[in-house]
Amino acid sequence: MSANGLLIIGSSQAGVQLAVSLRALGHAGGITLLGDENHRPYQRPALSKEFLQGIITKESLIYRTQAYWDEHRIKVVKNERVVRIDKHSDGSGVAHARSGEVFGFDRLALALGARARRLQVEGADLPGVLYLRNADDALELKARVPVVHDVVVIGGGFIGIEAATSLRKLGKNVTLVEAGPRLVARAVGPETSEYLAKHHAENGIEIVVGAQVTRIVANGDAVGGVEVNGRVVPADLVLIGVGVVPNTELAQSIGLACENGIRVDRYAVASDGMTIAVGDVANLPNPVPGAPEGDRVRFESVNNAIEQAKVAAYAITGRREEYAGIPWFWSNQGDLKLQIAGLSTGHDRTLVRRDEEKGRFSVLYYRGDRIIAADCVNTPLDFMAVKAALAQRASIPYDEATDPSIPLKSITRSETA
Amino acid sequence: MPTITYTDAEGESRSVEANVGDSVMETAVRNGVPGIVAECGGSLSCATCHVFVDPSDFASLPPMEEMEDEMLYGAAVDREEFSRLCCQIKVTDGMDLQVTTPKTQV
Repeated sequence: MSANGLLIIGSSQAGVQLAVSLRALGHAGGITLLGDENHRPYQRPALSKEFLQGIITKESLIYRTQAYWDEHRIKVVKNERVVRIDKHSDGSGVAHARSGEVFGFDRLALALGARARRLQVEGADLPGVLYLRNADDALELKARVPVVHDVVVIGGGFIGIEAATSLRKLGKNVTLVEAGPRLVARAVGPETSEYLAKHHAENGIEIVVGAQVTRIVANGDAVGGVEVNGRVVPADLVLIGVGVVPNTELAQSIGLACENGIRVDRYAVASDGMTIAVGDVANLPNPVPGAPEGDRVRFESVNNAIEQAKVAAYAITGRREEYAGIPWFWSNQGDLKLQIAGLSTGHDRTLVRRDEEKGRFSVLYYRGDRIIAADCVNTPLDFMAVKAALAQRASIPYDEATDPSIPLKSITRSETA
Repeated sequence: MPTITYTDAEGESRSVEANVGDSVMETAVRNGVPGIVAECGGSLSCATCHVFVDPSDFASLPPMEEMEDEMLYGAAVDREEFSRLCCQIKVTDGMDLQVTTPKTQV
């Protein structure tokens, strides 16, 4: 590679991991890690939780010290937004930033992430209507917290619930509205949704499912409430968390195949055979061992960003390491710790393990006799046991798992045994 | 300044000056100490910051809470008597802590 080296556009979880993994593998070529925010590369997950609640500071979100970047010759550039890319057929090219800066590359990696989906409703642009995707969003939200009382959170996914529980913890009146029939329907089963909803309602969050948001109403110049199912819920702060849209525009502009993200193969390589795409923006072959042939997924998770970036680092250094892994997710919601192992898509049986006294709850998902996933609330032992069983392709017999006092680890059986 | 010494499974050591209030995990990750993965960034969700604390230092640390104890059972390398998840160990004034990282975290 010439002096230009690798240009990574996007300096969040996947971009950072790609740079770090490349150096760990001994890759000697130049690496530029380009971010469009005016912050050093930082971790996002805590923005809706520990950071919002004031438990941790901005400084502890920073991935690496400047000394680390210097020592590993990774050029970190912030506040540069690439608006155009000229790419040659050999994979090299030039990226043009809005500022007029240009960044040449021998090879390109796109870790462009996703952006908050905007709610198309009257009043959504009023002051006091916020989203929560990046550090600036979190800083703005945090700055408003001391002066607001009534919060309406629109969207009952992870971000919405995490923010709602954080704001509730900070003493706000919180109403959480979800358009669908239940919370986090995209990620967990109905039993888990119900458990979460009950718990959060008991902690004082008013939850409305099947909520039609018809408009956001003003109070003077700022937000005053949200019209939900025909009645106005007063709000001096509205937080919207209705999913994300992958940032594929740059990839499309250079002719890469995109379909709910940038299409990549098992080595994180896009359709031109050279450009890398990793993290939330990538649409990849389902990496779960035994997944149906041709099945594709796009993850919005730390675990995927890390694992896929590692595979991409191998690909760049010329090693073909397939991405195979057990996806896992977590969501801390007030005093609930939800951990999900595997993907429950295609399950045909569920098993609920519940210990009311200890506040433990988990749902195991089976396809036939095979366990494929688990939602675990305040039950890390179940989570860790299922994650380990999936990784080893071991089985956890359904009939033996029904008693929640029996540790799953003790009944996990390797298939070959 | 407080100092944390990380020794990897092969016996190679690296000492890092740490800030009071940071966790032993954060100190490792920010300085690029290999052997600590910390996927979840310290929210006690992944058990990939497992360390073996030097026995002579172990008693001086605040005891672990139940959640950490449970997560440790799922660590990639089996827990031992002096195992901790180092995202839960806060750096304190004058700390001089020795930890060993396991062969793998995932």
